Amino acid sequence: MPEGSLCNKKPVDTAEGVTTLLADKSGKTYYEEMKSLDVDSDLLWKTIQNTCKSRMRTWLEICAHCGMCADSCFLYLANKKDPKQVPAYKIQSTLGEIIKKKGKVDNAFMLHAMEVAWAQCTCCNRCGTYCPHGIDTGIMFGYLRGLLYQQGFTPWEMKIGAGMHRVYNAQMDISSEDYIDTFEWMIEENEDEWPGLAVEVDKKNADIMYTVNAREAKHYPEDLAEAAILFHVAGENWTIPARGWEQSSLAMFAGDWAACKMQVDCVYDAMERLEPKRMVGTECGHAHRATVVEGPYWAGRKSGRPPVESIHYIEWLAEALRTGKLKIDPAKRIKEPVTLQDSCNYVRNHGLKKIAREIISYIVEPGYFIEMCPNKEHNFCCGGGGGFNGIGYFRKQRNVGLKIKRDQIIATGAKLVIAPCHNCWDAIRDLEEEFDIGIKWSFLKPLIVKMLIVPDHLKPKEEDE
Amino acid sequence: MHALLTGPFFYGSFGICVIGMIVRFYQYFNGLSWQLDRVAYKQYPAMGFRGAVRSIYKWLIPYGTYGWRSQPVMTAAFFGFHIAVVCLPLFLLGHNVFLKEKFGFSLFTITTPVADFLTWMALVSLAFLILRRLILPEVRIMTDKKDWGVLILSLAPLVTGLLTRYQIGDYLFWLNAHILTGELVLVAIPFTKLSHVFLFFASRAQLGMDFGIKRGGLKGSKMAW
Repeated sequence: MPEGSLCNKKPVDTAEGVTTLLADKSGKTYYEEMKSLDVDSDLLWKTIQNTCKSRMRTWLEICAHCGMCADSCFLYLANKKDPKQVPAYKIQSTLGEIIKKKGKVDNAFMLHAMEVAWAQCTCCNRCGTYCPHGIDTGIMFGYLRGLLYQQGFTPWEMKIGAGMHRVYNAQMDISSEDYIDTFEWMIEENEDEWPGLAVEVDKKNADIMYTVNAREAKHYPEDLAEAAILFHVAGENWTIPARGWEQSSLAMFAGDWAACKMQVDCVYDAMERLEPKRMVGTECGHAHRATVVEGPYWAGRKSGRPPVESIHYIEWLAEALRTGKLKIDPAKRIKEPVTLQDSCNYVRNHGLKKIAREIISYIVEPGYFIEMCPNKEHNFCCGGGGGFNGIGYFRKQRNVGLKIKRDQIIATGAKLVIAPCHNCWDAIRDLEEEFDIGIKWSFLKPLIVKMLIVPDHLKPKEEDE
Repeated sequence: MHALLTGPFFYGSFGICVIGMIVRFYQYFNGLSWQLDRVAYKQYPAMGFRGAVRSIYKWLIPYGTYGWRSQPVMTAAFFGFHIAVVCLPLFLLGHNVFLKEKFGFSLFTITTPVADFLTWMALVSLAFLILRRLILPEVRIMTDKKDWGVLILSLAPLVTGLLTRYQIGDYLFWLNAHILTGELVLVAIPFTKLSHVFLFFASRAQLGMDFGIKRGGLKGSKMAW
């Protein structure tokens, strides 16, 4: 069967299409259809010829097969050093083979390549920093995902996620109205405790345009409230856009580059429309990577930068704490063993290691912070990055991958893991559920809200009287 | 035969190597694309240059990076081999006498004991790298005919050079074999994995620019990528 009704080469770009896919529980029919999906070898080879240029061709050619990347890969370590998990082997046996065969590969090969691309690599880019030749296998896997997506060989959730972006400009089915309603509801819920708490939608020339991960609106609305409270206490002039509020990109995990462009264009349009001084994104790693680091290129921006300066939430938070806009009550600082999960997407891939530790210095009592080993740019992926967390079809493989983070956390002796990244937060929650190691995990926002010294004029009136 | 090897064959192989390297270097950088690679190479030349230089420089220093330090024995063998195979062809006295005769100039030369030491160091290191390739599953799984071809090609001038040096057997035969295998290496450089001789610098420079311009360099991270 060349093209299935659910599993095919056509991206989903209607609400009906998304709903139909979602109705196929766990993608049962979808994956059945995939087993018969034809490979369009001509299209595959043509795409490679047009897009696989000297950088990747050279990487594939000069790889010395030395195996120095092996130990850098958490999935290799988690899978008892299975040689089939060596990054260089994984990419040479998939993308390398497709190129060698000039795109003439069959369905079985593509099914295997899909598993390698989504269940054996999270695109954390750690191996790239351990290769003497500077070969970044994570980048090549991102590219391979694009080729597989184009051919219809993409995990069910990835196809849905990319479709969501195409239809809703968000990774979930949340309309702009839903988003604004949720935000305003959260403000109402908290305005008694925080008098004057407010959110202005589409305010022009604000100092900050705040963008989020749609999960916050759908599943964790308290995160929106906490963001509002912290901006409120810091006295920021901030706004949220009615359109272009979603910073995340499941399309990036899926390899749907057209949807990636549509998504960031939407956010950049909001920047150009509202002309804020800066954009601040929520505590999410891949959302930052998608909108701030990679997005400008998808959008065709030669500068490699978004239209306005765009920073991660931890950059704003560190600045607010440094300048005294937010003050921490020393008595409320964390006084239990605590560690920090460095997100691959903004620490290894955007250099924010010092900023993260600056925040720790304000909120943790000296002597209680324990670094993971390794840490900073060398930290291991949480185990669920690159979309791995969300793919039911590869759940077993993901749970094996969590072991490295589990062991890193256990070695610190920490009882609390600060994870300022949605993917990391999820993975650490899941590893606690899976292995029951007795830890708590948290974003920064809820911790900071509880530790704040609130100026008198921002306290509820009853307290003043 | 000797005249042929030291005459047209030498000029031919040297020319193929140099022109081949120039062409491939040009093709590499010409093939970089800011939009496909997602790196704004031309927008931030200073940051890109700094990132590229740091990336090359740190990886050229033994134990200069976290990656090198994480595998100390491999690193020792790697540098033991590479330092020797870069220094020996360039600075051996005999090579420079030949160079002076052919091109009218010569380079700094090393003494014979140093050359002997380097050659044996290269052979011991290479033996380790071969053993590693045979024994370690994570290396064995990827090793193919081309890898062995490159290893044998690299080994040949060292072995024939030593046989010539110690005048074991027919001196002229081994000398000719040494020159021929050396010339084979020169010809192979632009067309095989030996292209890493120069593409190492291109590839490292690219990743250095990538991180320097886009992935953290502008945020003040001084990591050697």
